[in-house]
Amino acid sequence: MAVINNIKAVTEALDVAMDRDKNVIVFGEDVGLEGGVFRATQGLQQKYGIERSFNAPISEAMFAGVGLGMAMNGMKPVVELQFQGLGLPALQNVIANISRMRNRSRGKWTAPMVIRMPMGGGIRALEHHSEALEAIFAHIPGIKTVMPSTPYDTKGLLLAAIESPDPVIVLEPTKLYRAFKQEVPDGYYTVAIGEGYKIQEGNDLTIVTYGAQTVDCMKAVEMIKSTHPTASIELIDLRSIQPWDKKMVIESVKKTGRLLVVSEAVRSFGVPAEIIATVNENCFDSLKAPLARCTGYDVVIPYDRGEGFHQVNPQKVVEAIKKVLDYKF
Amino acid sequence: MKYIGKFDPQKDEVVRVMDKDGKIINPKLAPSISDEELIKAYSIMNLSRRQDDYQNKMQRQGRLLSFLSSTGQEACEVAYTMVIDPKNDFFVSGYRNNAAWLTMGQTVRNIMLYWAGNEAGAKAPEGVNSLPPNIIIGSQYSQATGIAFAEKYQGKKGVAVTTTGDGGMSEGETYEAMNFAKLHELPVVFVCENNKWAISTPTVQQTKSLNIAVKAIATGMPSIKVDGNDFLASYAVAKEAVEFARSGNGPVLIEFDTYRLGAHSSSDAPDVYRPKGEFEDRVPYEPLIRLKAYMIEKGIWSEEKQTALNEEQDKHIAAEFAWVEQNKNYPIEDIFNYQYAELTEDLKNQLTEAKEFFAKYPETKDGGHH
Repeated sequence: MAVINNIKAVTEALDVAMDRDKNVIVFGEDVGLEGGVFRATQGLQQKYGIERSFNAPISEAMFAGVGLGMAMNGMKPVVELQFQGLGLPALQNVIANISRMRNRSRGKWTAPMVIRMPMGGGIRALEHHSEALEAIFAHIPGIKTVMPSTPYDTKGLLLAAIESPDPVIVLEPTKLYRAFKQEVPDGYYTVAIGEGYKIQEGNDLTIVTYGAQTVDCMKAVEMIKSTHPTASIELIDLRSIQPWDKKMVIESVKKTGRLLVVSEAVRSFGVPAEIIATVNENCFDSLKAPLARCTGYDVVIPYDRGEGFHQVNPQKVVEAIKKVLDYKF
Repeated sequence: MKYIGKFDPQKDEVVRVMDKDGKIINPKLAPSISDEELIKAYSIMNLSRRQDDYQNKMQRQGRLLSFLSSTGQEACEVAYTMVIDPKNDFFVSGYRNNAAWLTMGQTVRNIMLYWAGNEAGAKAPEGVNSLPPNIIIGSQYSQATGIAFAEKYQGKKGVAVTTTGDGGMSEGETYEAMNFAKLHELPVVFVCENNKWAISTPTVQQTKSLNIAVKAIATGMPSIKVDGNDFLASYAVAKEAVEFARSGNGPVLIEFDTYRLGAHSSSDAPDVYRPKGEFEDRVPYEPLIRLKAYMIEKGIWSEEKQTALNEEQDKHIAAEFAWVEQNKNYPIEDIFNYQYAELTEDLKNQLTEAKEFFAKYPETKDGGHH
């Protein structure tokens, strides 16, 4: 077992996958020699050769479309987009072609490919580098979307994504790339797509979150003890956005009667809204307070000087927790 | 036409006026430009270079965000923006255009404010049609084409100039925009600053084309390759291209053959990917050395003048940065106010919520990340 951070977990997953299957290749902007802007693919070209890990001419739409072609013809491409916001030209192919290929060819052609991209704020980056657009991906039938928060999940989910017979979007929170380390098993293992992880058990409130906000929520759960020492909080890291672990969340809210969903994305029409709607449909009789969300505001992600206003932070989560816990009918 | 159509990109012909030592080698190709204009151009190039150096230091200290320096590319950037009218023409930039922004009339203060993470810096002063830095690579080409369409449609005389790098020319949108521009014979000048590196990807891994200029051939528009570190050649061709486009002849693509002397951004280390010795080989060809040598030879510049200019510009840069450090933050309203012409009811409520939260917990306004 090695103790590694999230970025190293990405490299390890790719290394393991490339070692197991010569049809796994990685490409994108600068992923070859330098290993990409975050060095996620560092060393792979040296180990597996320029044919399996290479710089592609800058054209995100092409990356996605070429990846689709490779996938339809027996390969396992892992495409890197440099940042979620910069990968928007690829969206056309993701939505119009990759997600639909199995359906429109009645299963004759499929798109077992992976598109990885750094996402989210908190790293003092420029415009288009801090978007959180998971809702857009989750809204498209035919693709799966995951967002790990820990090194263990990053490696396991990426390997599951590569193994998946369907196209998978892997969203990697940039803020967590080097934020902490964790023991991760050597070699091959997977984390099942669609299964959440219960960080802690509780009886009074369910918090559902994913990505970088997992860390914010863990801090908030500690902080709330000063005002609500007896509050027992169940904290769930969703890990997969679509499909998501409805069973885990529904069972949890049936037990606690309260729900707070936390996400850094803009508020309206987002993943928290979907979770809240689903819980409302399934747990209405158990509810003790209105279902709540803590998110960014409905604004263009501000540049660095204003980003802190927009971002979820532990104190914002604490305030949201108080509102739910203290609610009286 | 003195240049367009006379230099064949398919033979890789390059417009060059001066050699690396600033000696005029092609006097017939030299543009007509006054000494005052020459000194002005050089001063902006010098300012941009010193601003880049200063910003690099500030970025290392964590006082500016990662930014993209124009070091090595100043000659062509100043040339192609000097030949347009900032008020009636348009400059649709990429993200590495410091010298061009300055030439258009953007201020050092605004540029630094932008790199300090405040959107206010992206707003060009009154009478300066310089769009905010375009971060999505290549999409500025179609925006410029649309601007040029509107100029033509509305019977105005403006020209749009837009630029990207050799990497950006691999984006499909650049070809799509050029195709549309030629189809409608629009007054747009497409610029490619071929600086040889797209982050760590060299031009040879970007395209098998003989050069970038030939990429225009399929659209039917003329194109031309220029020594982009030769200010006189760059100025001459840019001026002709803008006049060509303004006169209703349609678009032109200019490839400026230049070199990125710095890193891609202040966050990367070119020594990791740049072959040993390449940088050193290119330094003697850099534009400031060449233009300065030419001006000294011409008798309009001296080391004394250089020292005085450096001192004056350094003082200005430091003073502007001091202002930026004092004024880089903005009130919470600023993240809401520009979403729509009027705040929606939803956003009014969200603003109220945000103001109440940050009034209570002002220490969290940096998001806890720095």
